[in-house]
Amino acid sequence: MTKFEIRGVHADVLIGAEERQEILKGVDLTINSGETHAIMGPNGSGKSTLAYAIAGHPKYEITAGEVLLDGENVLDMSVDERARAGLFLAMQYPVEVPGVSMSNFLRSSVTAVRGEAPKLRAFSKELQQSMGNLSIDSSFAARGVNEGFSGGEKKRHEILQLELLKPKMAILDETDSGLDVDALKVVSEGINRSRATGEVGVMLITHYTRILNYVKPDFVHVFAHGRIAESGGPELADALEAEGYERFVKAGAAQ
Amino acid sequence: MTSPNLGIKEHSHGGELPISKLDVHGSFDVADFPVPNGREEEWRFTPLRRLRGLHDGREIADGAVTVTTDAPAGVTVETVANGDPRLGTAFLPTDRVSALAFRDFAEAVVVTVPKETEAAEPIHIRIAGTAQGDAYGHVLVRAERHSAATVVLEYSGSAVYADNAEFIVEDGARLDLVSLQDWDRDAVHVSHQYTKVGRDARFRSYVVTLGGDLVRLSPKVGYTGPGGDAELHGLYFTGAGQHHEHRSLIDHNVSNTRSRVEYKGALSGDDAHAVWIGDVIIGEGTQGTDSYEYNRNLVLTDNTRVDSVPNLEIFTGEVEGAGHASASGRLDDIHLFYLMSRGIPADEARRLVIRGFFADLINRIEIPELRERIMDEVEEKLREQAAV
Repeated sequence: MTKFEIRGVHADVLIGAEERQEILKGVDLTINSGETHAIMGPNGSGKSTLAYAIAGHPKYEITAGEVLLDGENVLDMSVDERARAGLFLAMQYPVEVPGVSMSNFLRSSVTAVRGEAPKLRAFSKELQQSMGNLSIDSSFAARGVNEGFSGGEKKRHEILQLELLKPKMAILDETDSGLDVDALKVVSEGINRSRATGEVGVMLITHYTRILNYVKPDFVHVFAHGRIAESGGPELADALEAEGYERFVKAGAAQ
Repeated sequence: MTSPNLGIKEHSHGGELPISKLDVHGSFDVADFPVPNGREEEWRFTPLRRLRGLHDGREIADGAVTVTTDAPAGVTVETVANGDPRLGTAFLPTDRVSALAFRDFAEAVVVTVPKETEAAEPIHIRIAGTAQGDAYGHVLVRAERHSAATVVLEYSGSAVYADNAEFIVEDGARLDLVSLQDWDRDAVHVSHQYTKVGRDARFRSYVVTLGGDLVRLSPKVGYTGPGGDAELHGLYFTGAGQHHEHRSLIDHNVSNTRSRVEYKGALSGDDAHAVWIGDVIIGEGTQGTDSYEYNRNLVLTDNTRVDSVPNLEIFTGEVEGAGHASASGRLDDIHLFYLMSRGIPADEARRLVIRGFFADLINRIEIPELRERIMDEVEEKLREQAAV
């Protein structure tokens, strides 16, 4: 049983050497393993900032608050330590790392997170199977990390990493964006396979309700103006589908 | 026609002569080249005092190298004395050191790949410095028409060494060169590699410079027939106090020729200095030239210096493609973030990214043992750097 707590988090985006802008203005959220929380909100509301700041992206800085994974403040950890502690971020725009082969990268990553190098044969079997599940051609293993991948291919590989690394807490940042329906199904199935273990908490960040037809959330939160504006059950997503984000955008503007 | 369509006013050469006129002033007579003082365009990046007299012509050859070769059946390897009429046909020295080396070398290695012969194994020429002091050398490789071969030129040990290497790639032949500057840390090496690419011939070079105190290597390519293709790849890892200088010149003096120059380097440690000069000339009256050159530098620590100067001179409007790019920068922190966000520790992430930076280049070398060795040596330098 894992408890992931975001407490009073404020964060800035670092724009230039001297320039920064506060994006997160006090975020509180608790996610237990086995739960899926959808974070929905209009563009620019700070959803992705929340994801990147928690993971430790160099362009964001958390200025107040704490993020606890089973009581440990992950903000005291380096980026790699956070991952090894069980935190995972599937990125909206996965990074291309030229010249580093996907298989080499995945093996290094799995070795680091699991704390020991997996047996070569067992690992290649596991990798093959996981890639097969996500309809990823085996030729991708020899290619550079995300190098020249299409948007959909990148997203599949993010979920591949989710399945291989088996985190305690997974933050999925707009994993659905840019996917056609077939790819969305494949990716959703991958997320659901991870969820089926019951051992992972999921924060599913999305702009659209579409993915929620495949990945059913337990809770839905509306994000606006750098904080959670409203929380509810799956029915909140239906309301958003019908009404859009307008009232949240306006509410913020009126503040 | 005297005025080219595309002028070449805009380039960084400060000399009185455009690079395309250098050959005109080439000479086998050392006396035709004054002792450089460091202000000349072609010498301004080189710390002359660290040449230990190679350029001033003290006319002594008190150092020694041993040269060993091995070659597969069907390929002829000879050792010949200075004066052999086959030597010096592919070039005219364009600086003092080149002229000096050609005048003063004692013995040359001559490799001949007979026509229509495909050499089954690489031809190795190993030059090992055994006694510090000035030494001169010469290598000639002739790939006769429709032959194919790979030559590995390997420098090691300690020496103050100047040499000229001539590569004649006759019509339809394919020649690959791997030139590995794996000198001891105190060696000084000034080298010219002159290549003539025949009709429909292909030349590929992989220059790998890791060792030495100062290495200055100038690959020059000209064409003797249309359809020639030259690819020059380079890799250098310049550590603390090292000076690595690569000066390529591609002279598209014939129509329908192609060239690619791609040099990548990493610098790490105080006073690491890398220089890349990439000259490309597209000659008057030629058509269908396809040329691109590219230099990238990965700057791993403070207190390093990179000089990266692409020069393009075009004397015709009938160009298929011509471009250049140069970029020097730090490790991308977003690359590191991505790898670290997957649990990979910072130092391992750095190693992966640096390996990746060189990987595409190394992977093109078609000799697996050499690929591994070069990657191992790059790793070794990375470890040295991490230990500092």
